[in-house]
Amino acid sequence: MIAKVVSKNFDIPNAHTLEIARANGRYASLEKLFCLSPDETICEIERSGLRGKGGGGALTGEKWRLIPPQSSKPVYLVVNADEGEPGTFKDRQILEFDPHLLIEGIICASYAINAHHAYVYIRGEYVFWMNRLQQAIDEAYAAGLLGNSVFGRDFSLHVTIHKGAGAYICGEKTALLESLEGKRGHPRLKPKGKEPEWFFGNPTVVNNVETIASVPFIIREGYASYRAYGTEQSPGTMLFGISGHVKKPGVYELPYGTSMKRVIYELCGGIKGDKNLKAIIPGGSSVQILRADEIDDITLDYECLKAHGSALGTGGMIVLNESVSIPEAMKNLFAFYHHESCGQCTPCREGTGWVDRILAKILAGKGSKEDYQTILDAVDTMNGKTICVFAPSVAFIAQSYLKKFREEFEALIK
Amino acid sequence: MSRFGFNWENEEKFDALLERYPDKQSLMLPALWMVQYQEGWISLDAIRFIAKKLERTPMEVYSVASFYTMFQLQPVGKYHIQLCRTLSCMLCGSKNIQEYLQYKLGIKVGETTPDRQFTLSLVECLGSCGTAPCMRLNDTYIENLTPEKIDEILDGLCHDR
Ligand SMILES: Cc1cc2nc3c(=O)[nH]c(=O)nc-3n(C[C@H](O)[C@H](O)[C@H](O)COP(=O)(O)O)c2cc1C
Ligand code: SF4
Ligand code: FES
Repeated sequence: MIAKVVSKNFDIPNAHTLEIARANGRYASLEKLFCLSPDETICEIERSGLRGKGGGGALTGEKWRLIPPQSSKPVYLVVNADEGEPGTFKDRQILEFDPHLLIEGIICASYAINAHHAYVYIRGEYVFWMNRLQQAIDEAYAAGLLGNSVFGRDFSLHVTIHKGAGAYICGEKTALLESLEGKRGHPRLKPKGKEPEWFFGNPTVVNNVETIASVPFIIREGYASYRAYGTEQSPGTMLFGISGHVKKPGVYELPYGTSMKRVIYELCGGIKGDKNLKAIIPGGSSVQILRADEIDDITLDYECLKAHGSALGTGGMIVLNESVSIPEAMKNLFAFYHHESCGQCTPCREGTGWVDRILAKILAGKGSKEDYQTILDAVDTMNGKTICVFAPSVAFIAQSYLKKFREEFEALIK
Repeated sequence: MSRFGFNWENEEKFDALLERYPDKQSLMLPALWMVQYQEGWISLDAIRFIAKKLERTPMEVYSVASFYTMFQLQPVGKYHIQLCRTLSCMLCGSKNIQEYLQYKLGIKVGETTPDRQFTLSLVECLGSCGTAPCMRLNDTYIENLTPEKIDEILDGLCHDR
């Protein structure tokens, strides 16, 4: 079941140091990279079908194509290491165990889009991992892998770590760029057509850590080797983080298309306390919940989860056993969403708080008959009327909890 | 006029960072971090200092600083305990850990001990859901929390009590 594309060196002691990293294949893609043109590099990524691992699953090659090849303005690569989605703890594994893999990926991606400066925006809490990465960056500069002449070639690249400061919304790419520009992390209005992101008006690509860390394998081994994993529409692998009520929580790299049940019951050793499974939140807290009876034929790929009314998201699976009160779990998450709404859009700012308060009331045994419908009405106003997808996601998850576990809410209200 | 100033090390760091961004406005968060590490928190005086350095109004700097939960606009204890309250940690017993911390420190969430040694906060998902429950003690992660582990770590801190 386990694959080793991104996690290959995770178990090798000291693979975070340049010496051990290089002895284990890091930077081996660069020889091949510099034989390709930037355009050919993007072609390779397009053919691999690589999809973004930050939650949306966008095609990486397509995103890189949006950068004008002969841009008169400087181009930037921004790596998203904000990792704030509840249930998600995968990017930190890369930063901790194989930071040189990320740097190697940054070199490949920057070369492809002709960026000469890359920023890694890391959530402010990840101080240990920032230091890890900074050490690796320093080593890479000293070894001529970064700087004015990368790998001895006529290509300059600088990498700078930018420390976040505790705002979940800054994981959203445009909020992240606002934050990187020194402002509040307010998501930007979406443009009508397809265009790159903008950092101080310069064309920019934002990619998740794991996406970038998947690139060296594709360059080194070729797109077909990557496609050998996964499914036709979800090719490759992903780091899945499983937490909550399983016996062996952790991060496992799996090909897309792996059976969810096998992951829970075989890899993760089954449900903690030998209780029954009640529900799974499959892709970080912002995707719809699945009841135990819905997961039998679920495979971990974008298409299958979508067909089952949820999403693969970040691959952070939260497992809930039968002892969990779903209204209480929902209240826990709504406190999170209320706290993390950036506050720009009234339906989002007010809606999250309103639902949070109603849930608190229901849990305190003071709920009234109308509350169930009031929540549904409240989240209905959050859908489709806001700047970013935070509010609609929250609306969808609320509907899924309420509809799939209606009896638990009603039991509390009676 | 602000009385706050960067120490020499931060002055150097600030100047070095200026060269790494297309616009100095990007130095907002880095500068706020430098202040917080230098002073332990961010005073209005320091905000005026940053405003001057970045050619922004103090109100703009304040508005940014107050957006981000990790920036402390009030002094906190020498040891800032940040316990994760989000779902995976809750499923793995963070509420018991919270009660234990409150009992042990004799304070509630959001409070600081009278000797200003400990502040207890609840925070959102720390990205340690697989090793829940989890907290940060200042910048250090402590995972798979149990009351015994908390005893061991807190009792081992040589604070001036
Ligand atoms: C509310 C919200 C939070 C997000 N948080 C993160 C995050 O922490 N890390 C991340 O990589 N992407 C996050 N994303 C997705 C980013 O907006 C963006 O799509 C992603 O970084 C692009 O990289 P990818 O295509 O490589 O996945 C978030 C999106 C939303 C709407
Ligand atoms: S939907 Fe919510 S998080 Fe997104 S921009 Fe509006 S207020 Fe901010
Ligand atoms: S829920 Fe506590 S670390 Fe993620």
